[in-house]
Amino acid sequence: MKPSSQISQNRRISTIVLPVITFIFFLSIWYAYAKFHYDNPVQRRNALPYPHEIFTDGFLPLNDKVNGLRPILGYMWPTVKVTFLGLLIAVVLGVFVATLMNLSKGIEKSLFPYAVILQTVPILAITPLLTELFGEELGVRLVVTVLVAIFPVITNMLFGLQSTDRALHDLFTLNQASRWERLVKLELPSALPSLMTGIRIASGSAVIGSVVADFFFAKGEKGIGYYIRTRQQQAIQRPEMFAGTITASLFGIAMFVIIGWITSRAIRNWHDLNLTHRQ
Amino acid sequence: MTALSLRNISMTFPDGTQAIDSVDLSVERGEFVTIVGPSGCGKSTLLRIISGLQKPTSGSCELDSKSLGYVFQDSVLLPWRDVRKNVELNAELQGVPKEQRQESVQKAINLVKLNEHVTKFPHQLSGGMKMRCSLARSLVSQPQVFLFDEPFGALDEMTREHLNDELLNIFLQEKFAGLFITHSIQEAVFLSTRVIVMSSQPGRFISEHPIDFPFPREPNIRYSAAFAELCGRISHDLKLAHA
Repeated sequence: MKPSSQISQNRRISTIVLPVITFIFFLSIWYAYAKFHYDNPVQRRNALPYPHEIFTDGFLPLNDKVNGLRPILGYMWPTVKVTFLGLLIAVVLGVFVATLMNLSKGIEKSLFPYAVILQTVPILAITPLLTELFGEELGVRLVVTVLVAIFPVITNMLFGLQSTDRALHDLFTLNQASRWERLVKLELPSALPSLMTGIRIASGSAVIGSVVADFFFAKGEKGIGYYIRTRQQQAIQRPEMFAGTITASLFGIAMFVIIGWITSRAIRNWHDLNLTHRQ
Repeated sequence: MTALSLRNISMTFPDGTQAIDSVDLSVERGEFVTIVGPSGCGKSTLLRIISGLQKPTSGSCELDSKSLGYVFQDSVLLPWRDVRKNVELNAELQGVPKEQRQESVQKAINLVKLNEHVTKFPHQLSGGMKMRCSLARSLVSQPQVFLFDEPFGALDEMTREHLNDELLNIFLQEKFAGLFITHSIQEAVFLSTRVIVMSSQPGRFISEHPIDFPFPREPNIRYSAAFAELCGRISHDLKLAHA
């Protein structure tokens, strides 16, 4: 075997082995913690169940209609819908707002502070107001999701638009390009990589937003947040609660990976990003 | 026929530095003028003024026609467009209808010998090929005045000389008025009918050297005694410009 391929194989092993070691380490601390607290019925409510119980009690009851994998997936579907729809609205709206800001400094200065405020408002604190305005069903869930997801879209899109190559701008000026041509043929494509980064960050927020919305808005189609919240209230249902949480988090991870993949497909022709990441 | 004439151009930046001081220049079609000078002497600013990207503090600039070619320091290609689409860009932005521009685009691609690479994207091209693509993009509209802002500065010696040879061939075919900027004295002498030495801060023209080698020029004139002597004289003036 050549030394170089040996090195690359060693590297491949280490990218698998090292996270596994971390996982085992983490798991043993978890087991130790559960041993001391979970077995004590007084402390049970605030303790972690054994990891294997999450699997056996949380996921495995395959034919149970109330708990287990089947109802979890059933509750996931509305969450998936709200997340995707909310993310889509956040992207369309965010791109629109960022493009407006890019058109004029005046618009940027008048809107940007409010985008920042939007980001810092604790959504949970204003749930009564949101209920008043948007009800307790799909509408308000989408609003919460959009509110938490739109900021990274706006900031990354704006950054992308504004960091378009000066020399390319000069080239467009020399050819008397119209404002529209400059936007469509230069600025929007230039901003695509950073927009995709923004969407990637926003996708995680959107999952959290749609799950959290279930905690506060009780009507309409209920998602995985409702499943988690109702199991949370019963100390005995810790494994079920964790199974729901882990599923929601896996969905977030899947979104992150899928959007990363779409990004590298979309810009594979024009950047060496893929190569530099792999090295 | 004068294609480009500058009268008494001066440029002072808002911070008070005087970049260009009373520059007069006229270039005719079929002339290839090169400006050499130390970095930061205002050579690039002068090209930006001629092209209209920047307004001079005073003086006037007259261009014979609207069709202007401008080759930047970098190739300045759109990374999401392949070679053909990049070459097409200028004509497309200028509003030339699609059917009309196809022929001139193909002709320009032939001129810079990028035929086999038309479907490649910029990141798949070498530095030299990127510059060819950039050159072709400007050639499409058959400019009467062609400005070059140190286009081959980032290339290695071999590629640069090769592109110099090809640029001269294109010049002979198209007969534009060329205004070229470079740091390289050899490049200046090889390409030009006239070399101007510019001083820095403020940027002034301090001497002018006619280059009388006949066209077409053989690559090996670079190694002749007459060529070396011209280089020597320009180099001498450049040292004065630095002082």
